[in-house]
Amino acid sequence: MRRFRPSLTWLGLLPFAAFVILFLFAPTMKIVFGAFQRADGSFTFENIAGLFTPSILSSYWISIKISVASSALGCLVGFLMAAAVILGGLPKGIRSPLLTFSGVASNFAGVPLAFAFLATLGPLGLVTVFLKTQFGINLRAMGFNILSFWGLTITYLFFQIPLMILIITPAIDGLKREWREAAQVLGATGAQYWRMVALPILFPSILGTFALLFANAFGAVATAIALTGSSLNIVPIMLFAQIRGDVLGNPHLGYAMALGMIVVTATANVIYIWLRLRAERWLK
Amino acid sequence: MKKFAAWAILLLGVTYFVLPLIGMTEFSLSMRRGEYSFDAYAKVLADPQFRQTFGYSVIMSLMTIAVGVLLVVPTAFWVQLRLPQIRPLIEFITLLPLVIPAIVTVFGYIRLYNTSSWLPLTGSLWGTNFLLLMGYSTLSLPYMYRAVDTGLRAIDVRTLTEAAQSLGAGWVLILARVIMPNVLVAVLSGAFVTFAIVMGEFTMAALLNRPAFGPYLQLMGANKAYEPFALAVIAFAITWACMGLFQLVTRFSKHTKAAG
Amino acid sequence: MSFLTIENLEKSFGANRVVKDFDLSVEKGEFISLLGPSGCGKTTVLRMVAGFETPSSGIIRIDGQEVVRLKPNQRNIGMVFQAYALFPNLTVAQNVGFGLKVKGTPKSEIDTRVAEMLDLIGLSDLGGRYPFQLSGGQQQRVALARALAPRPQVLLLDEPLSALDAKIRVSLRNEIREIQRRLGITTIFVTHDQEEALSMSDRVVVMHEGIADQVGTPFEIYNAPATRFVANFVGTLNTLEARVLDPASGRVTLGQTEIALNRPLPGPTATLGLRPEMVSLGRGTHDTALSGTITEVDFLGSVIRLRADLGGQSLAFDTFNTNRIAPPKVGDRVELGIDAGDLLVIEG
Ligand SMILES: Nc1ncnc2c1ncn2[C@@H]1O[C@H](COP(=O)(O)OP(=O)(O)O)[C@@H](O)[C@H]1O
Ligand SMILES: [Mg+2]
Repeated sequence: MRRFRPSLTWLGLLPFAAFVILFLFAPTMKIVFGAFQRADGSFTFENIAGLFTPSILSSYWISIKISVASSALGCLVGFLMAAAVILGGLPKGIRSPLLTFSGVASNFAGVPLAFAFLATLGPLGLVTVFLKTQFGINLRAMGFNILSFWGLTITYLFFQIPLMILIITPAIDGLKREWREAAQVLGATGAQYWRMVALPILFPSILGTFALLFANAFGAVATAIALTGSSLNIVPIMLFAQIRGDVLGNPHLGYAMALGMIVVTATANVIYIWLRLRAERWLK
Repeated sequence: MKKFAAWAILLLGVTYFVLPLIGMTEFSLSMRRGEYSFDAYAKVLADPQFRQTFGYSVIMSLMTIAVGVLLVVPTAFWVQLRLPQIRPLIEFITLLPLVIPAIVTVFGYIRLYNTSSWLPLTGSLWGTNFLLLMGYSTLSLPYMYRAVDTGLRAIDVRTLTEAAQSLGAGWVLILARVIMPNVLVAVLSGAFVTFAIVMGEFTMAALLNRPAFGPYLQLMGANKAYEPFALAVIAFAITWACMGLFQLVTRFSKHTKAAG
Repeated sequence: MSFLTIENLEKSFGANRVVKDFDLSVEKGEFISLLGPSGCGKTTVLRMVAGFETPSSGIIRIDGQEVVRLKPNQRNIGMVFQAYALFPNLTVAQNVGFGLKVKGTPKSEIDTRVAEMLDLIGLSDLGGRYPFQLSGGQQQRVALARALAPRPQVLLLDEPLSALDAKIRVSLRNEIREIQRRLGITTIFVTHDQEEALSMSDRVVVMHEGIADQVGTPFEIYNAPATRFVANFVGTLNTLEARVLDPASGRVTLGQTEIALNRPLPGPTATLGLRPEMVSLGRGTHDTALSGTITEVDFLGSVIRLRADLGGQSLAFDTFNTNRIAPPKVGDRVELGIDAGDLLVIEG
């Protein structure tokens, strides 16, 4: 009877374990194995090799570029905004509305977000038209297109920046006033304090947010599809089309593409964990 | 100087966030030539497909919340009570959906549970709806679990449980009568985020071919001129309401904590 | 001229005048304590010297130079905070070397100085540790080393011991004083703990509601408190109301006893202060005897604190505990011996 007890304890996790295995792990594993199988189930590297065509490679490359750009800018702008509100001596009343709005905006992704940006920076968008009629600036002629690298990056920033604000605000709050003062009184300039003390302390949080934002942008399907239809060649859109209609003409190439996505986000997270471990030697 | 820079950053940021909102609102009101009107909204609201998909997504959201509560509360409770050593692992697992793209998960579903598989869920309407519900539940898992886990940490799970056990209560009763009321606020805050996520979800519903609000939005965007913007405004309002309620609930919980 | 002078220093936060007309001169190498209850403005004075707050008015001079307009990082001051405030991302050695590094000191020079400082605080082995791996007392010693490493002109300490356990508090205060003497550094030490202030300082400034009530050596502060507040705040003091019989020669009656204080006293009454340890049970060799009734007996171990009623006024006093004499009981009538010279006349 005694011996049986520990297994009873583990039994309490059964529903959760079943859910996670059936609907998170198994589907992912199916993708991973499928990427190395032919239609008849035999083992092969053909699917992986099939990824190395110019169009698929470039789709990964564009996706990675958009994800890196939108997460880097999201981190930077989000950090600046949070720092401005917390440390910039602005009225205290601004903080709470900013956080509420960030909660809203970080969840306002997907299709409606694409509409909002079409209405603003699209060919007939508010800003596009305003710039053209009032200042004679023709965004289109200058090479700007909402259905492009920069268009997508600017759109993604709408949920990336708020996510950064939400995560980094508590971290900035955690910077003690005494640290700044101790640095100052020891002769450090503001820049030296940020470089040698504040940023290293915030680094793990910033890095974690960056990894999260990266995965967030890399896997974003809805915004991209609603914004660009299928005119922009990025991974999630290609995979979406492949799942729907096997546009690549090889069902198992879809597995390989999906595996590629997992590999990219996993790599981003491994890099994050590794950097974080290095950065956090001073933490308990 | 510092203050000036701070104001400048804030104003630039606010401009970036406000312009798209103005843009979509302006478009949504411009259906009638030369004057503002609510015509686009009237069109949308009169569309039976809008009502169907909206209703479908509302029901799916509520069911996702129910699944989340039934799955997460007992698990988080059990982990805190009996298996604290595996908490980091559980926490890690619950964060995975933020890292594995939804499109990959749902692709796995389609291939794993297709009509010729051992569990042909996609073969029936019921099964596909169930699959979508599970997909939504994975999406809400990170938020639900964090909210509930934080809520549980704020109360003394062990003492409460032992007190209830000494009075003869069983596990179901303990969870329903003792733990749930104490983490209700946490559950609610997780529920609002879940609602907002599910209402706007596109990828999973589209690939499983279910008539949800997200795919409907996309369809309208591809085919109509002004209605999509009215829909975007409505979607924004829903998100705002959810997050507003989330804030309210969170603030309320801080209040009661400070008082208690 | 003094090394550090503060003249007519004022500070208001909105309508709240936190520091009022504060004057202080500190000699080179002197150890000065600011002593006062929490909220009296000690930290604010210190922060104005360090440059974190701008005075509403007044002058602060260090070594003849007016510093009010200088930024904190231009003042060459060392500061130690209550909550250690070590940089958590830097090792002990990096923390100590921080002030030299930001000034662009060559690495070899930094290393030498850091080693010297770690040796000074007796933590030579711990240079590679991170702050979270140290005890509170060790962290505060590192904070002291960090403040001293760049050879500041003035050292400021804001309640550096209050976060520590009682035992460490006493040993560390001796250590701080020892290091201060050895380096001869001009120091201002803020505390609300009178024992700390009296035991460590060359002079003590007792602050009360933003005002320096008294500046003096620990001896003067304790034995000749200038104000009622100082008398009450520092040590335990009985205050007794006496009727003045002869203002010119200072003859008063206390209860039924006539006492000559031999100094002019204005007014029909005077407030006199008397330390509990200046009163003894029985007249003994004292020049004055008071009679009273015991109302309270408090056994504190080596000391017994008693309280007697002197015809309406209450007087606390101590006797040593010996097993040869039984302590008096409540209700006993007793004779108490005091010396007229120990009576403090309290003004204001
Ligand atoms: N930045 C500030 N803004 C407003 N009031 C302050 C500020 N700093 C201190 N005070 C007030 O000034 C008074 C003195 O504070 P402080 O100098 O910290 O006292 P102490 O160090 O003696 O405890 C307190 O009443 C405190 O509330
Ligand atoms: Mg203070």
